[in-house]
Amino acid sequence: MSDATLVDLQRRRAFRAPTNEAPWLRVLLTLGVVGVLALLLFAPLIVVFVDALAQGAGAALASLANPDAESAIWLTLTVTAIVLPLNAAFGIAAAWAITKFDFRGKAFLITLIDLPFSVSPVVAGLCLVLLFGSNSLIGGWLVASGYPIIFALPGIVLATLFVTFPFVARELIPVMIEQGRAEEEAALTLGAGGWRVFFTVTLPNIRWALLYGVLLCNARAMGEFGAVAVVSGKIRGQTATMPITIEMLYNEYLSVAAFSMAALLALLALVTLTLKTLLEWRYADQLAANHRH
Amino acid sequence: MHIQIDEISKEFGSTAALTPVTLGIPSGALAALLGPSGSGKTTLLRILGGLEFPSSGRVLFDGQDATGLSVQERRAGFVFQSYALFRHMTVFENIAYGLRARPRVSRPADAEITRRVTKLLDLIQLPQIGTRYPSQLSGGQRQRVALARALAIEPRMLLLDEPFGALDARVRKELRQGLREIHDNTGLTTVFVTHDQEEAMELADLVVVMSMGRIEQVGRPADIRARPKTDFVREFISV
Repeated sequence: MSDATLVDLQRRRAFRAPTNEAPWLRVLLTLGVVGVLALLLFAPLIVVFVDALAQGAGAALASLANPDAESAIWLTLTVTAIVLPLNAAFGIAAAWAITKFDFRGKAFLITLIDLPFSVSPVVAGLCLVLLFGSNSLIGGWLVASGYPIIFALPGIVLATLFVTFPFVARELIPVMIEQGRAEEEAALTLGAGGWRVFFTVTLPNIRWALLYGVLLCNARAMGEFGAVAVVSGKIRGQTATMPITIEMLYNEYLSVAAFSMAALLALLALVTLTLKTLLEWRYADQLAANHRH
Repeated sequence: MHIQIDEISKEFGSTAALTPVTLGIPSGALAALLGPSGSGKTTLLRILGGLEFPSSGRVLFDGQDATGLSVQERRAGFVFQSYALFRHMTVFENIAYGLRARPRVSRPADAEITRRVTKLLDLIQLPQIGTRYPSQLSGGQRQRVALARALAIEPRMLLLDEPFGALDARVRKELRQGLREIHDNTGLTTVFVTHDQEEAMELADLVVVMSMGRIEQVGRPADIRARPKTDFVREFISV
């Protein structure tokens, strides 16, 4: 039993504690939460790593050194590297427009930002195929000009862009609403132009929220499966990303290879989370100062 | 600088914030826009500062039409209700912001910026706080820093939105005196918004009583006290 609970128990002799459920009920609730967490969050993670290392670390590493696997890793990293800056820019622009200006159609824009959350990724992928596939007007012309979108890198990038679009904007909007427009207006009255206000006032004030948004976007971009699966064509060594490669390997009963790549993907996500925690810890004082004074 | 407000009206969607108002503020005056919330006083102040634009009417500075002048071109020292200090900058950088934002040709050198900021910190009697962040200041200190930041751009007028609203009674009295002194030393035409009739009467040379987007009465505090023009004014100043 923790110290806090002991203190609590001691206090209860003097007066009624605000929470006075029976001890057995509290233990039960705590165990329940821990149990659910273990089963749903930690167990899958552990299983992935255990299965990856089932035939030793050498076999796992060898499966990742396979040219097709390397190509998948590079493709995922490339797509993420293209998508992140673009979605950061779009997210900032959308959040800036929504929170600092009043205009007709604002509610519609907010709904539009949430669209990727509500539309199934597979549907999004199919829409891209219909729009840019070689049977469509635009797609046919692009293929004829030598710039295929579907079953190529641009299609994968577009699908990932669509699916991960809301993350940065959704993270920024509440922060920017909370901060209001006063600081920007103050900068304007002091003679600063729009870009100067953005770079010296707005951006420094939202940098933490922006970082969170980008990290979430990063995790999702690397892991995206549904929309990418439809547009990529799953060409091994060319258009198969990490999640798609994992699926293909698993379907071929190559479980060590599948789980090695899954473990690598999970590791990348864990690195992202660790990075976020480290930054939070390192800049705790600045984070506190950034809140409304 | 003489400020002339000529038949200004302002609508937000279908609601009228200002029905046409006309008002002259003589050069060097310390004027108070006094009224309850929703009276349009803040809207009028923001129109003067160039943060809102009127639906119709004109604003004249020293007889010249300034209606279309951008907020940057107005050169109005604006003090916001909650001060709107840049939270991620030190007090020094807050005050220096307006000088650094100037186009390269008219931007003072670093040494000159330091000199001016130091002088302003002396003026607001807080010479030691340059390296602190806004979150480390008291309410009264923040208000004075906001005033110094507004003065740093060598403004043509000083506009203050409820400058004492967020402060306790003792600090409020002290800072009223401070604003009076700064006004008298700089000779800047100063307009401040308040809902506190005592504050308006005690501090201003010219009180503009507003209600529901209209100006009810304009006059010196003593005249308004002695001869309230409408029932609204009589009731509002008697509280």
